[in-house]
Amino acid sequence: MQRNPQLGPKGELSHLLTIDGLPKDILLQILDTARSFVSVTERDVKKVPLLRGKSVFNLFFEPSTRTRTTFEIAAKRLSADVINLNVATSSQTKGETLLDTVANLAAMNADMFVVRHASSGAPHLIARHMGPEIHVINAGDGRHAHPTQGLLDVYTIRHYKEDFTRLTVAVVGDVLHSRVARSEIHALTTLGVPEVRVIGPRTLIPRDIEKLGVRVFHDMDRGLDGVDVVMMLRLQNERMNGALLPSANEYFRSYGLTPERLAKAKPGALVMHPGPMNRGVEIDSAVADGPQSVILHQVTFGIAVRMAVMAILAGNG
Amino acid sequence: MRLPEAEGLLADLASRMRAEVGPETGLVGIHTGGVWVAQRLHGLLGSTVPMGTIDIAFYRDDFARRGLKPDVRPSALPFDVNGRDIVLVDDVLYTGRTVRAALNMLFDYGRPGRVRLAALVDRGGRQLPICPDFVGGFLTVPNEHAMLLLRRTDSGSLELAMEEDVGGAA
Repeated sequence: MQRNPQLGPKGELSHLLTIDGLPKDILLQILDTARSFVSVTERDVKKVPLLRGKSVFNLFFEPSTRTRTTFEIAAKRLSADVINLNVATSSQTKGETLLDTVANLAAMNADMFVVRHASSGAPHLIARHMGPEIHVINAGDGRHAHPTQGLLDVYTIRHYKEDFTRLTVAVVGDVLHSRVARSEIHALTTLGVPEVRVIGPRTLIPRDIEKLGVRVFHDMDRGLDGVDVVMMLRLQNERMNGALLPSANEYFRSYGLTPERLAKAKPGALVMHPGPMNRGVEIDSAVADGPQSVILHQVTFGIAVRMAVMAILAGNG
Repeated sequence: MRLPEAEGLLADLASRMRAEVGPETGLVGIHTGGVWVAQRLHGLLGSTVPMGTIDIAFYRDDFARRGLKPDVRPSALPFDVNGRDIVLVDDVLYTGRTVRAALNMLFDYGRPGRVRLAALVDRGGRQLPICPDFVGGFLTVPNEHAMLLLRRTDSGSLELAMEEDVGGAA
């Protein structure tokens, strides 16, 4: 059996590349640790000295504002030094390979890489070529995974709903192109959510998605019936007006989350979105800004969750 | 070796603190044993401010060697630290490293007016210049690899126990 590349010899987390295949106790350790970091972010001094003297490199081969910023804040609150590199605009355009770029940074005594890349598997490749003293965190790779987003989503659900084992959760939208959806589904099923639904048009739901243990709905009203949590996905603009989707308006009519649609879910159901939102495309402003929306809390919790992941990795050698 | 009764030590500790600790003093228990002791002292001393709890995991000086313990608990100081008289409460005072971490952590909540230290048991063996203001009792533990720790029984009473240390001195 092949060893999970994220785990060290004693089963400890040494990289965070994907939630797929991570044991439940590691997910729970991250969520529990994050809860302690939430209490840190409520203090006068929002820093702890855990990563003092460590260097965290934010390696973004693809543009991102929110994710990069929250990783930067998380690392700084752990007292690490943070170096931000937008590699899309530097050496890579001069022809340097990914591994050469990373080897050079490792030679500058990096302790941790936070990697965002348009190609699925790029963070795995980097992790495989690093020594055991360097930790890699996947901040989103292609259509594959975005594990810290999945973790902050389940953290948010746990904060409001406490017990995973009695929930019905719907993931709505462009599941096909979404690394967020995959990470959410793996996190939810690993933590024991008994029913995970995916809702979307046939063209945007992968055919074999049921293998992940989810129920598929193409009718949004039926899919939302009685759910405790609605996790919206971003409809990427570049997918619109193509072969997969007729138009933003038509999409909104069938799959946009409006107050009327949300009323099909359980009273008090949570509304979540990983951002950035397309108001009037996948979500109505009345819902996004409404009392059931926890979208901005997701962002706040995201910092604590990323602090937890970095602290656990740095502590494991 | 025979260990003293924790409940008796607690009564002694409370009686030593009674004249010196006012109802406005903030008691801060250090997880986990220190929280149990602080809870009991809070009642015995008639404190009027809610007690605080801190887990020093993010301030330990051996993080690089031992990593993060898997069960870090949230810390909460439900009062304004600035200018307040505070007593840090721990179960067993040993190397002083836990207290050093707790002091650093406390100051990230604000600037206390005064901080004192109470421990149920002082077992000696200090590695830092730290001295308690109140102790329930002293105990000499000859084996430096033995861990003296506090337990809470199902009925809520406290008792001392000795264990072989597996992870290095705290």
